[in-house]
Amino acid sequence: MKTFIQNFKKYRFLLEELTKKDVKLKYRNSALGFVWTLLEPLLTMIVLTIVFGTLLHKRTPHFAVYILSGRLLYSYFSTGTKQALKSIRRNGGMIRKVYVPKYMYPLAASLSSYITFALSLIILVIVAAVQGIRPTRYLIGAIVPLATIFLMVTAIGFLLSTLDVFFRDLEYIWNVATMLIMYMSAIFYEADTLLESQYGFLIRYNPLYAVIANFRNAVVYGRPLEGFYLWYPVAVSLVILVVGLLFFYKKQDSFVLYL
Amino acid sequence: MGKNTALRVDNVGVKFRMANEHVDNIKDYAIKLMRHELRYHEFWALKDISFQVNKGERLGVLGLNGAGKSTLLKVIAGVLKPTEGTLQRGGKIVPLLELGAGFENQYTGKENVFLYGAMLGYQKEFLKEKYEEIVAFSELGDFINVPLKNYSSGMKARLGFSIATIVEPEILILDEVLSVGDAKFKKKSEKKIKDMFDKGITVLFVSHSIGQVRSLCDRAIILEKGRMIAQGDVATVSALYEEAIR
Repeated sequence: MKTFIQNFKKYRFLLEELTKKDVKLKYRNSALGFVWTLLEPLLTMIVLTIVFGTLLHKRTPHFAVYILSGRLLYSYFSTGTKQALKSIRRNGGMIRKVYVPKYMYPLAASLSSYITFALSLIILVIVAAVQGIRPTRYLIGAIVPLATIFLMVTAIGFLLSTLDVFFRDLEYIWNVATMLIMYMSAIFYEADTLLESQYGFLIRYNPLYAVIANFRNAVVYGRPLEGFYLWYPVAVSLVILVVGLLFFYKKQDSFVLYL
Repeated sequence: MGKNTALRVDNVGVKFRMANEHVDNIKDYAIKLMRHELRYHEFWALKDISFQVNKGERLGVLGLNGAGKSTLLKVIAGVLKPTEGTLQRGGKIVPLLELGAGFENQYTGKENVFLYGAMLGYQKEFLKEKYEEIVAFSELGDFINVPLKNYSSGMKARLGFSIATIVEPEILILDEVLSVGDAKFKKKSEKKIKDMFDKGITVLFVSHSIGQVRSLCDRAIILEKGRMIAQGDVATVSALYEEAIR
């Protein structure tokens, strides 16, 4: 444990550099750069609001903010896990030649996606202000789902990045899985009626939905967090983290043989 | 490990498990699992390797292709973990193996100094302090602010060499004699390595060339099919090697 901390300190700067690299390169390659981070969720929100709000005559208050908040969290979940999944294989060239602690790669992938996600929250603030949502004292509660989702993505990232070294088609399977998770997360529809149906458990026990629901409680509705949605995703993420880390540590020495 | 030991290798073995057919996706894996077709064969790329390098010694590693030289270097550099045996290192190891393996092509030379430096385990403050020196040694001039994708391979190698050798390591690993960049830079890099030699650092030098090993090293080992078949002073061992490859 002591050597682990020493080693982490020694390579902390590498974690910083790797994270910075992903964020920097993301913005360097497009002309709109940073604006795109804000524009993309905004445009999707407009499309979804028109399709599900206007055309299907939903009269939910603040529907645009409802959609946007769910979508922003989901897109971090999806890009973060996908980046982490590829992180070991993408850095295979380095891993085969220079020794560095390998957990840095999935961790940096999750971190850099999180930074992009945090920046994209600016658009949520703007849309919420336009829709006339005033911050309440419950807004501070948003920290909990925001921290939980980072834990969740990082945990899943360790598991997926390890598996991806051995199974190259995992990427496509995970693409389908994230789509399934998206439909189970009530992003562009109201969960209430579905939750009461016989398939409601699919949404209720989806840890990502739990995070999104509590984030909306804090940001959109201005009400306290719901207990179950608070501890349940944390518990699930911790279990995945332990499994993922054990698996990662058990397999990391053989990564170099498969890259 | 004694005070004067720079590197101690004890009974190191590396076992590779090769699938008879390459299986790298879930679909093939599932099909082969059901048909009981998942077969592997194992082989030892290195077996029972034990030797010791004292501080200031220069050890040559001789062997034909496939003898396990690169595997041994990877084990010593910490990239590959040995299946059995132990390894003790008495100081910072700098492998001058594939210079710039971690370079990012879209990054400028400057950004790569910090990225690659971080990968080698250097700290931010240290790199900031040494940055000018690195750039000066690489002779890249204004190119340091240009993305690496516009570099020639010689320029990349010059930058890689300049970053890797900014610290004087206790143990230097060399794979063949480095020939980096153009004639002028080659001379300069050879001089830098020679200076390090003269200061008495420990060197591990891998080569097929007996001539180079003779002139650079004072001890040598021979690897053959993953086993160490000889070790001793360079004259005796290289004579043996000459005999063996005839």
